[in-house]
Amino acid sequence: MKCIGIVAWNTFREAVRDRVLYNLVLFAFLMMAAAIFVGQISIGIEGTVIVSLGLTAISVIGLLIAVFLGVGLVSKEMDKRTLYAILAKPVSRWQFLLGKFGGLALTLAVNTLAMGAALILVLLYVKHSLQASDAGVLVAVYFIWLKLALVVALALLFSCFTSPLLAILFTAGLYVAGLFVEDMRTVHSAQMSEVFQSFLRGVSYLLPNFQNFDVMGEVAHGRGVPFALALQNTAYAALYCAMVIFAAIVIFSRRNLK
Amino acid sequence: MPGPAIEIENLTKDYPTGFLETKKVRSLDGLTMQVQPGEVFGFLGPNGAGKSTTIKLLMRIIFPTAGTARILGKPISDIGMHRDIGYLPEQPYFYDYLTAAELLDYFARFHELPAALRRERVAQMLKRVGLETAGKIQLRKYSKGMLQRVGLAQAILHDPKLVVLDEPMSGLDPIGRREVRDIILELKQQGKTVLFSTHILPDAETLCDRVAVIVGGKLHGVGKPGEIVGVRSQGVEILCDYASEDNVRPAVLAGAAQSGSHYRLQVSDEVLYVTLEQLWKAGARIVTVTQIKPTLEEYFMHLVAANRAQAAAVEVSGK
Repeated sequence: MKCIGIVAWNTFREAVRDRVLYNLVLFAFLMMAAAIFVGQISIGIEGTVIVSLGLTAISVIGLLIAVFLGVGLVSKEMDKRTLYAILAKPVSRWQFLLGKFGGLALTLAVNTLAMGAALILVLLYVKHSLQASDAGVLVAVYFIWLKLALVVALALLFSCFTSPLLAILFTAGLYVAGLFVEDMRTVHSAQMSEVFQSFLRGVSYLLPNFQNFDVMGEVAHGRGVPFALALQNTAYAALYCAMVIFAAIVIFSRRNLK
Repeated sequence: MPGPAIEIENLTKDYPTGFLETKKVRSLDGLTMQVQPGEVFGFLGPNGAGKSTTIKLLMRIIFPTAGTARILGKPISDIGMHRDIGYLPEQPYFYDYLTAAELLDYFARFHELPAALRRERVAQMLKRVGLETAGKIQLRKYSKGMLQRVGLAQAILHDPKLVVLDEPMSGLDPIGRREVRDIILELKQQGKTVLFSTHILPDAETLCDRVAVIVGGKLHGVGKPGEIVGVRSQGVEILCDYASEDNVRPAVLAGAAQSGSHYRLQVSDEVLYVTLEQLWKAGARIVTVTQIKPTLEEYFMHLVAANRAQAAAVEVSGK
């Protein structure tokens, strides 16, 4: 457990030193500009626009970090051979992998939390007051973080057995497919055979369901997020991450490094 | 009596090649050898001989196709074994966003050294490898030689029983090489076991208690540097002084190389005493008589040439 923490902390330190958190400055500028202009283009729905814009920005910036840094977590260590000296220490490969995942998950937590806090401040500036329903923004930010953790796990898995470019493509492809899971389950078309529709339904249960984590519409319109959904999403993300990381560990533990 | 520090049994490594990875190239072929506790052991061979492959197998960076290995009595799959070993990878590269002191502290944490001891050891190691003034500079600004020194520091940071160094002299200037030699000798005096790979033969001859020569993935001999090349003499070299007023050489010095009044001639063991008598009768003064033995370098070159010839023969017969 201690080794996992050591690797995780160093991964977080790497992200900070490599100026990954500079994206917060970009987000701050975006939100400031939105706060100034949104009042001029929207009447009565400033809060809705700000929340939608803010959550979308948090999600997109987070996804870029999760995919690109997630793929590099292991592949960069193998390419630069920084891994060699670590594997000669009393550290198992599974501990190393969990540490790398934990480090990037921590980086994304700090990142999304900071952006969420900034979003709340901008909301306060635009609306001049906050209501209890605005706390839903923080729940939405939490869901985004869960989604990003799942993306990191997928990126980590793919980078364990393929090239960084293919790992990026696979992760991005799976993310996009995961946004249409509900559609795959409910699709009914005369153009498609029953067999193909059943196949789609079967595949949809294997794919990560990223639609579960999207509560932007509800939060932007001030509707609350059910507690049961928060529990369900937490359990789903934890279980799916555990399965994906387990697969990554199985592959990585047998891999010959070059 | 404790067992071997390193025990390798029939270690073999094949690498798949080709688009479908159906073909295999054998990088290491049934290596069996032992390294005894407290000895400095040199692992010699040209580039691509299988030295780094062997070391990577021992460090579990790659996995063997066949065979087993034990380090300090434990199988190499035992992670606990890594507490007592230090490893310097070939051409090491480390996290370039860290300073040398931070990197050493990071590695020391894996060995569960307390904070105060970590600070002390890090400072000691930086001084030991001559980087005490560069300890707070990020590694991205380090030269290749400086990275090699950091690599050496992290290998001995936790006071391991066994130190494995993959080409430790690589990238170092003559001063750096001398310092690495001193560190290896110091480790030996402390009773540590050192295994290092190199293709710089004078280093191996100077430092090693025993050496193993590997060429084309196969072990070609293990022994003391003097023994491994064979004790069979290749003759005797006689250095003598001879001066005559008429400047005419006696018959015995006809084939000798001359430098001023010095003559250097090589003869076989069988005719040594006859030649010495002839020189004495001719009025020459014997300065030195030295037995000629092949150096480790000559032995090494002979093996490489033989291996290439064998490979060529196999290729021709295959056609």
